[in-house]
Amino acid sequence: MAKIAYRDAVRDAMSEEMARDSRVFLIGEEVAQYNGAYKCSKGLLDKFGPDRVIDSPISEAGFSGLAIGAAMYGLRPIVEFMTFSFSFVAFDQIVNNAAQIRYMSGGQIKIPMVFRGNSGGGHQIGATHSHAPENIYATFPGLKVVVPAFAADAKGLLKSAIRDDNPILVIENEALYGRESEVPDGDYLTPIGKANILQEGTDVTIVTHGRSCWTVLEAAQELHKMGIRAEIIDLRSIKPLDWPTVFASVRKTHNLVCVDETKPFCGVSAQVAAEVQRACFDHLDAPILRVTSVEAPMPFSSALEDECIPNVARIIEAVKQVVS
Amino acid sequence: MTQKPLPTGAGVLATTQPLPDYGKAPELSREDRLRWYRLMFLTRKFEERSYQSYQTGLIGGFCHLYNGQEAVAAGTFAAITDADPVITAYRDHAHGLMRGIRPGPAFAELYGRATGVVKGKGGSMHYFNVDKQMYGGHGIVGGQTALGLGLAFATKYLGEKKVCFCYMGDGAVNQGAFHESLNLAQLMKIPVIYVIENNMYSMGTAVERHSAPVELYKRALGYDMMGVRAEAQDFDLVRQVSWTLAERARKENMPAILELMTYRYRGHSMSDPQYYRSKDEVEEYRKHDPVEILRGRILSEGTVSEKDLDKLEDEVRKEVQESHEWALASPYPAQSEIYTDIYA
Ligand SMILES: Cc1ncc(C[n+]2csc(CCOP(=O)(O)OP(=O)(O)O)c2C)c(N)n1
Repeated sequence: MAKIAYRDAVRDAMSEEMARDSRVFLIGEEVAQYNGAYKCSKGLLDKFGPDRVIDSPISEAGFSGLAIGAAMYGLRPIVEFMTFSFSFVAFDQIVNNAAQIRYMSGGQIKIPMVFRGNSGGGHQIGATHSHAPENIYATFPGLKVVVPAFAADAKGLLKSAIRDDNPILVIENEALYGRESEVPDGDYLTPIGKANILQEGTDVTIVTHGRSCWTVLEAAQELHKMGIRAEIIDLRSIKPLDWPTVFASVRKTHNLVCVDETKPFCGVSAQVAAEVQRACFDHLDAPILRVTSVEAPMPFSSALEDECIPNVARIIEAVKQVVS
Repeated sequence: MTQKPLPTGAGVLATTQPLPDYGKAPELSREDRLRWYRLMFLTRKFEERSYQSYQTGLIGGFCHLYNGQEAVAAGTFAAITDADPVITAYRDHAHGLMRGIRPGPAFAELYGRATGVVKGKGGSMHYFNVDKQMYGGHGIVGGQTALGLGLAFATKYLGEKKVCFCYMGDGAVNQGAFHESLNLAQLMKIPVIYVIENNMYSMGTAVERHSAPVELYKRALGYDMMGVRAEAQDFDLVRQVSWTLAERARKENMPAILELMTYRYRGHSMSDPQYYRSKDEVEEYRKHDPVEILRGRILSEGTVSEKDLDKLEDEVRKEVQESHEWALASPYPAQSEIYTDIYA
């Protein structure tokens, strides 16, 4: 085990898979000569050359569609969005082509590819650049969506996604790229669709994912001092979602708080709450509470922005309310 | 309403760059020529039967017929091989039938049956036959132009020396995805030919009401690309120009726009009263019918007798009728099929 930064884990995953399979290539804005806007593809151009690490002009619909077409023909593309906020320019390609073509072709076509890149708020880059779109893409049957929170999963989930025969969105987060954490040695995969219990506990289950995992872990230390033992589940995979792990935990702790960076309306937490009340109604001691981004575009001022994504204070407040 | 120009038999009408001279496309054998005629005739009869089936309520949803445009699909396909990928929009019956989809499964798809070419999951607009490199059938106007780029990219990546023909209507030239694709194609040297099937109308909107430059091949100018405008009611002329561009794509990885001037006899989809054009215009165009033109040429060449051609046509009529009946007798998909083919 070595401690490495999340962005290096992303790079290692791509590098290892490109070395393993010549059908894998990377395309996106600034991925080659510039080494990636967030340096996730550092060194890949030198290693694999310009035919496989491809700088694209600013044409999200064009290069996304190119990659989908190439996947239809049997290649295994990785598309990097500089941020997922820009993926909306390619929305039609993703939701009408990548997601639907297998079904509409009666199973004749596979689309083995990855869309990956930065997401999320907290960097004062305003409303158009701060989307957390995992709930949006997870709504489309045909797509899979994973959101790694730690370096180990940034690598393991991306490697699994590259090997999977479906279109998968790997949604990363700018706040995490520089964070170091332990990564197993050698070639390993994180299974898609399997949640991870970050911490065991008895009083309340906190279901979270992505950057919010780090915030929840921080909050859990405070809660511990107050005598509250939280069980923390990192979903890792939004679609498919690991319901058995979530249900088992809620049946043990009898309380649930959901924490995530999507918006409250039709967000990931809304989906989790709906399923848990159906499956675990008799086990719940209190109403499920959700801590999410707020129902507003992302403001610029840091004084406001910090309140708009889940923070430690809001998490503690919600947990206290649920367990009281 | 401006009257549309009629074909003159000129073939290539204009280009943005000089066309390379690779000479004449290789001669088609007598059998191959007859095969293409048969496919054009089959498409015509298939569409006529579809028209009737729609009127009697056998087909739900949209249904876009190809009558009048047959020489586009046939002439371009005859210039390449079944190993070269093709992809098109929703007016896709011809492209499917000419790339190996049997009329039975084609009808069954229109009727929503389990035996449909895509198991009743795609319908009229989404024919696929990957065995013969036919990659759909796409319902979002212009959405397939980026996919065609990607198919061509993949052939080049794999070093296959192929070309992808990507078909689109005239209305699709106004979509952003198409323009992004043109730039990427020329910039990255991707062997894709964008065939604009200019039937002069985007639904009810005539070209001069939807495109600032009415000569659509000129869209290539903005990308330093080869653009060609050619007449498209004559199979042989279409095949020749398509072959030249395909050769250029294979030899030099160079993309192109091929604007083919054609005409559709039927309405846009089935519920189209066609207020936007005159009956006379349609009748004038019918006098330049692509199926008749090839038929006449074959007969004048004297390699096939009229009797043999009549016989071939009767066989096709019979095949269409039997396929339609076979499709009608086919079962609907099981409810469990709703949940299959979503993930690989
Ligand atoms: C993005 C999008 N917008 C609108 C439509 C509705 N629509 C379907 S076909 C069509 C006209 C397109 O005409 P053209 O591209 O010329 O092709 P043709 O029907 O003549 O083959 C329209 C507006 C659509 N399918 N997709």
